[in-house]
Amino acid sequence: MTLLPPRVQPGNAQLGLVIDLDTCVGCHACAVNCKEWNTGGHSAPLPDHDPYGADPNGVWFNRIHTFEAGEGTASRTVHFPRSCLHCEDAACVSVCPTGASYKREEDGIVLVNEDACIGCKLCSWACPYGAREYDTDAGVMKKCTLCIDRIYNENLAEEDRVPACVSTCPASARHFGDLNDPDSEVSQLVSERGGKELMPELGYKPVNRYLPPRAAKKEQGPSGVGASLPPLADLAPDGDSRFLRWVDRVLSR
Amino acid sequence: MPGDFLNPEERIDLSPEIGDETKTTTCYMCACRCGIKVHLRDGQIRYIEGNKDHPVNKGVLCGKGSAGIMQHYSPARLTKPLKRKGPRGSGEFEEIEWDEALKIVSARLAKIRAEDPRKLAFFTGRDQSQALTGWWASQFGTPNHAAHGGFCSVNMAAAGLYTIGGSFWEFGEPDWERTEYFMMFGVAEDHDSNPIKMGLSTLKERGAKFVSINPVKTGYSAIADEWIGIKPGTDGAFVMALIHELLHADKIDLDYLVRYTNAPWLVIRDPGAADDGLFARGADGEPLCWDNNTGQVADARLAGVAPKVIGEVTLDDGRTAVPAFQLMADRYMDTNYGPEVAALRSGVPAHHIRRIAAELAEAAFDKEIVLDVEWTDWAGRTQDKMIGRPVAMHAMRGISAHSNGFHTCRAIHVLQMLLGTIDVPGGFRFKPPFPRPCPPPQKPAGKPGQVQPDTPLPGPPLGFPTGPEDLLVDADGTAQRIDKAYSWEAPVSAHGLMHMVITNAWKGDPYPIDTLFMFMANMSWNSSMNTSGVIDMLTDRDAETDDYKIPFIVYSDAYWSETVPYADIVLPDTTYLERWDCISLLDRPICSADGPADAIRQPVVQPDRDVRAFQSVMLDLGARLGLPGMTNEDGTPKFPGGYPDYLVNHERAPGIGPLAGWRGEKGDSDGTGAVNPDQLNRYIENGCFWSHEFRENQRYYKHANRDYLEYAAAAGWIGSSDQIVMQLYSEPLQKFRLAAQGHGDIRPPEQHRVRVGGYFDPLPTWYRPLESQDGIEDEYPFYALTQRPMAMYHSWGSQNAWLRQIHTSNRLYMNRNKAELEGLQDDDWVWVISYHSRIKVQIRLMEGTQQDTVWTWNAIGKRSGAWNLDPDAPEAKKGFLLNHVISELLPPKENGYRYSNSDPVTGQAAWYDLRVRIEKAEPGDAADETTFPQFEAQPRRGGHSLRDNILRYGGLFKPKRSKNDGDCQ
Repeated sequence: MTLLPPRVQPGNAQLGLVIDLDTCVGCHACAVNCKEWNTGGHSAPLPDHDPYGADPNGVWFNRIHTFEAGEGTASRTVHFPRSCLHCEDAACVSVCPTGASYKREEDGIVLVNEDACIGCKLCSWACPYGAREYDTDAGVMKKCTLCIDRIYNENLAEEDRVPACVSTCPASARHFGDLNDPDSEVSQLVSERGGKELMPELGYKPVNRYLPPRAAKKEQGPSGVGASLPPLADLAPDGDSRFLRWVDRVLSR
Repeated sequence: MPGDFLNPEERIDLSPEIGDETKTTTCYMCACRCGIKVHLRDGQIRYIEGNKDHPVNKGVLCGKGSAGIMQHYSPARLTKPLKRKGPRGSGEFEEIEWDEALKIVSARLAKIRAEDPRKLAFFTGRDQSQALTGWWASQFGTPNHAAHGGFCSVNMAAAGLYTIGGSFWEFGEPDWERTEYFMMFGVAEDHDSNPIKMGLSTLKERGAKFVSINPVKTGYSAIADEWIGIKPGTDGAFVMALIHELLHADKIDLDYLVRYTNAPWLVIRDPGAADDGLFARGADGEPLCWDNNTGQVADARLAGVAPKVIGEVTLDDGRTAVPAFQLMADRYMDTNYGPEVAALRSGVPAHHIRRIAAELAEAAFDKEIVLDVEWTDWAGRTQDKMIGRPVAMHAMRGISAHSNGFHTCRAIHVLQMLLGTIDVPGGFRFKPPFPRPCPPPQKPAGKPGQVQPDTPLPGPPLGFPTGPEDLLVDADGTAQRIDKAYSWEAPVSAHGLMHMVITNAWKGDPYPIDTLFMFMANMSWNSSMNTSGVIDMLTDRDAETDDYKIPFIVYSDAYWSETVPYADIVLPDTTYLERWDCISLLDRPICSADGPADAIRQPVVQPDRDVRAFQSVMLDLGARLGLPGMTNEDGTPKFPGGYPDYLVNHERAPGIGPLAGWRGEKGDSDGTGAVNPDQLNRYIENGCFWSHEFRENQRYYKHANRDYLEYAAAAGWIGSSDQIVMQLYSEPLQKFRLAAQGHGDIRPPEQHRVRVGGYFDPLPTWYRPLESQDGIEDEYPFYALTQRPMAMYHSWGSQNAWLRQIHTSNRLYMNRNKAELEGLQDDDWVWVISYHSRIKVQIRLMEGTQQDTVWTWNAIGKRSGAWNLDPDAPEAKKGFLLNHVISELLPPKENGYRYSNSDPVTGQAAWYDLRVRIEKAEPGDAADETTFPQFEAQPRRGGHSLRDNILRYGGLFKPKRSKNDGDCQ
């Protein structure tokens, strides 16, 4: 089975995504832009089976799940983008019989070496997050690469060296950086907004974080719930006396 | 141990070249018109991304835009002009050459033009070249032209333009950077896609409150701080109750009202008189107010008057008048407009309405913004600061697609005015070229006598009537347009009524036409009400002659849509990446509140099929027909280079053309200037757009800001730099009402009088949506709505291999609790029954749907075989259209007459008025596990064979993985 790199040390990058569930509206921009970048990128192609037929399905590194949490008017419609979390203790790596699945020591990105992959799918069985995508056409496992062919790409402007999903997100709901650096922007965001690991109890130490929705401003204002504007008390609610308040107003164009 | 691996040697090319060429252009995957960069490799599209420099999207790109590759390579693309061979609808065509196709069409049109130009009905759908198509129709001489606005959002456009001189979306935007309280009414998931997502993100980052008023909690509503699950069609009642609360508490900005609106204008009170309810005017037609400085009437537009807003005054002729403000206050302070009544109508509890009114007041007045920006008002007075009331609003289809939408939209604008929050810091901001005078001065052409053989119309076919004299009706009051726009049935139909064209043409009402020419409008499917009926009309024949009742249909589209099989001649258009286009200030501009902008599309790749850009084809046809604007005196085409030639060389007025950037012979003039032969190159060098930033002192109070108004007048956007006074009280509406009361020479026929007199109220009013009148709600207890999902745009998405994987079929969504009370469960099949028809669909239950509402995503359901999908595609077998149960006509009146299913003021298609009941389908009801109705499969089309069963797009771009490649890491 494949060994994970040595324990993450301070200063050792753990690149990942921070996804903001407060502003994600579930538009699928990240998923589709990911698809178009990666279908011609490092893991090309991301094939689509029966693309115009009765059962279209293809390889996507990023999928959005929409569900409701809670009941009645208090329920929340949640849009939840889901991709590889680049775990520190990546079960998909340790289970790999050929060394195809591996985690890079220098930046923590979990990748699949297609040349070594035998398509046994053990990794997808092992991944508790369902983040792996099997390419039946090529017979190899594929997955989010954090756009490894973008983030160090010297042919791109520095500001563009982020994963495609981050670059394209219209709601600024996706952030990229080193989560092992407490001073990085993403670590600061996680700290300020109480960013969460996904299913930490499983112990795989996912690198990606999700920012929970900000507290909704439901009943705001100085008087809170049940607030209302006091009608001007000295005036009757009906009849022309309602207008007295405005009769003598000194107004000027 | 054996079998353990560490750091395997995979060689990764970390710095691949994306492509060998990058071109900028403008997206067309929906109507936002974002800037994109298209990366090409070996002539193939490698990657499309947002253009960071572009004012609309600033680098981001939505799911639709990112799927542009699949749209461009869609197997549904048409490949060659087609001539119908089999019966209409059969989909049997023969391929013909362009020259033959254009000869057939031009011969037919030339004959019509020489006899009666009205016999051409030229309607375009999601056309982004309306400045061209409207002009073309006018040059041809037919009044029968409009684009899709009449079935989309004319209620918003018309209510806005008649009230504040602008509207939402293209006309204005929230001040995302400064607002503290944002209310969004009835906005569907896909509307104004990237700008709204970017704005909401900014807003939430800043900690402002976002309230969504919408029966459905998806999309933007899902991230709102507060969701108000209102009953459809009742937003007006809710808004007027907010106004009621604010008036009673005197939480209004009276200074703003007096300076910037017609609140102090005097309204004549003389019941029974021909000018009752009109503004009292002076000798030169100037509106009057009562000036407390002088104790007499004065020109209400003068700076420095001290107007009265309350109190009856006596005019010079002895009659009485009251300020418009008083009429407004009198109406909305009444308990009929209070929270309790509104709660009954809207389902929003009264205490919520009261609280929201209090929150609005707090945001507007306690959080006042003061910008230390000196500016000059319309009268030349220097103001040392800009005062802002940080409440912003946005509204769209959920308001507009109701038969009470015009008034509801006006009510929202009145609320904004009362709070003093229009074009102020933190409020709703106009985007140039708006504001324009309320309404803009253009009138529709096409009155009797204005339509003459072989003659252009004297003006544009669309405009803004301000009284009965502007209607397109004959002496009997009969409509002059095939869609009956600008008739007594829809007097203020500023965008026409495209949804009525086929029905009226089939009936020959008000007259038969010869040719129906359409572009990019899926009228035999998702863009028509009563889809099954419309299909029958398109194929119906005259019993005696056996000719089709609509004799000739020409259709231009890029794709094998549901509508193509109903055409007699098909003119295949290009994809958006193969064409020139222009996003013009003369059309639907892409400006921001901080300055004007326009843009072009350039061909990024060349067509590999025998297709031509629709706009170039129209110019070619125009030249073949000898239309004056498109033909030189010697008869040669004026724009031999097609659309790009026109974009550069056409001038609508001296110095004003489709594109505003880099005008002048040297390209050094912005806005106006001589033709610049190099203009398109300058656009391309700049990323295919032009933009200009206003100075700080021009950015707010545009309706009354001299530096802005003078700039706008010089640019030709407005006729003069006069202040634009917002119209809280609408005199044009009262003029129509007076006509209905029997005044004036031009009066509605008897059968329309009550209707016109009732709905033309000069102040916003609320009434039950027309389909909900007459007690229909007991039999049909649910409101039924549609919207589109974020990843789809109208009918286009399903041909897209990637987007259809996101949404392959649609369900009918119902409130879980309500459905369970009715004995329904998730995945049940049900009948959806309206008074018109019924469909069978599968339901999904959800919490976030107002309990009396059912809804679906309408972009997904397809006719079997259309768009070159497999006939068994889920889009056809599981997907459905709600359109089948929506009638384009209202139930008959007592005299048997059936009005169109539209707003009685504007003719806006009332899609969302639909009422239905839901009945569980039993096994054996129609085909099990399949939606009803089903239609005969449309045959597949196109020289392009369907792709392999596996699409491996991008495989050619895969980096080489040589293990010995020393250049890789």
